[in-house]
Amino acid sequence: MIFKSKLLNDEEVRRALTRIAHEIIEKNKGVDKLCLVGIHTRGITLARRLGKLIEQFEGQAIPMGILDITLYRDDLTEIGLQPRVRETRIPFDLNGKAVVLVDDVLYTGRTARAALDALIDLGRPSRIYLAVLVDRGHRELPIRADFVGKNLPTAKSEVVKVKTQEDDGEDAVELWEMEDA
Amino acid sequence: MSQSATPTFPKHLLDFRDWNRTQVESLLETAQMMQEVLSRPVKKVPALTGFTVATVFFEPSTRTRISFELAARRMSADVVSFAGATSSTTKGETYKDTLRTLDQMGIDAYILRVDAAGVCHQAFGWLQKPIINAGDGWRAHPTQALLDAFTLREKLGSLEGKKIAIVGDILHSRVARSNVELLPMLGAQVVACGPATLLPRSLPGAALTTDLREALTEADAVMVLRLQKERMDKGLLPSLPEYIAGYQITEERLGWAKPQAPLLHPGPMNRDVELEGTLADTPRSLVERQVANGQAVRMAVLYHLLVGKKS
Repeated sequence: MIFKSKLLNDEEVRRALTRIAHEIIEKNKGVDKLCLVGIHTRGITLARRLGKLIEQFEGQAIPMGILDITLYRDDLTEIGLQPRVRETRIPFDLNGKAVVLVDDVLYTGRTARAALDALIDLGRPSRIYLAVLVDRGHRELPIRADFVGKNLPTAKSEVVKVKTQEDDGEDAVELWEMEDA
Repeated sequence: MSQSATPTFPKHLLDFRDWNRTQVESLLETAQMMQEVLSRPVKKVPALTGFTVATVFFEPSTRTRISFELAARRMSADVVSFAGATSSTTKGETYKDTLRTLDQMGIDAYILRVDAAGVCHQAFGWLQKPIINAGDGWRAHPTQALLDAFTLREKLGSLEGKKIAIVGDILHSRVARSNVELLPMLGAQVVACGPATLLPRSLPGAALTTDLREALTEADAVMVLRLQKERMDKGLLPSLPEYIAGYQITEERLGWAKPQAPLLHPGPMNRDVELEGTLADTPRSLVERQVANGQAVRMAVLYHLLVGKKS
């Protein structure tokens, strides 16, 4: 892949997350019954960040879970991947909770669909929101995010990479071009 | 999400002749991941939604059949069970006709147990669908060997250079044959030990010995096989007490192996026959772990034989 440009730097990522945290609090009118569930891998990091920010603003910690959606993908039989199943851990009762599902990039919507199925298998939340750092378009399913850090129109031949301090040593959103596109 | 390309797998698991180390290791890696699914509060994922799996058992079984059925159900496959004893085979229907009849009902994969070696291979020719051998005569029981290898790796780490002793009725054991195919592929040295009448003349992949001390000395793990008491009627053993005196795994004899070498048994066990009854309940025994791992291994087998094939 060929690097094209840096779309968000660390300061812009921080600002986007801060805004999303405020929006989550405002939309919920507080944080009672609120919880965050991050989708592997960057979604978990971003959910932890949002959790810290919300706690900082509201003075109240909110429950945090992690979700693996690998075996919920609807394209498994077509791509025949070696599955990379990671831990799913929701250490609280989902029933009646307002869940904010967190992922790094919203693209076709298939990951979000799989995450909804996985979540609903584990309980019955009162409602589910979707928060993403980047919405790059090209939806294949009628899914939209409730909280978006940045809308970034992209071509299908491009790849959006979200980097985080915790996982990659820096906060950034980068645009890459697939070489064989 | 980072996902690696999976190696191409054979469309069946009849034995390990068509499998290589990369494929087996990839499958065991998937089994590791399936364990994570089994540790979740809801032990079910939709990976095999839309597939129908048949367990076709012409021989009785408890743990293998239930383990396969649960494995398929944990991944949301539909499962039908067929038991030879209550089927049209009692009226003279052949294996081929029975399987072809089932095939008209839209089965996607067959888990087959038969008393005759070779039927699973034939079934693959008749049906051209994924066939998993759940035991054919004395010849092979590959998922048992996979779960044994998985359990050994869990306990010992890599099997590279490890000495595994298999003790008991080697001659009639499909479990031993499959382990002797698989464990050397993963780098282990296998020593098969039993009375001369219960040892084959040769077993490629394993050293053969009638000397239990030789087999157990420096062994990294000891796998005990069920003594099939019906062999007694065929004059293959002088007497049960003599077998026990020569080959029963006791705490003292287990001491010949490396310290803490684990003890495995594919079940069902004859306590106080092939092994000292209480040994199976000690921390060195992996018998229950083998059963638990069986489900994850079979989930991985079903996943790799079915996923990627639908389209």
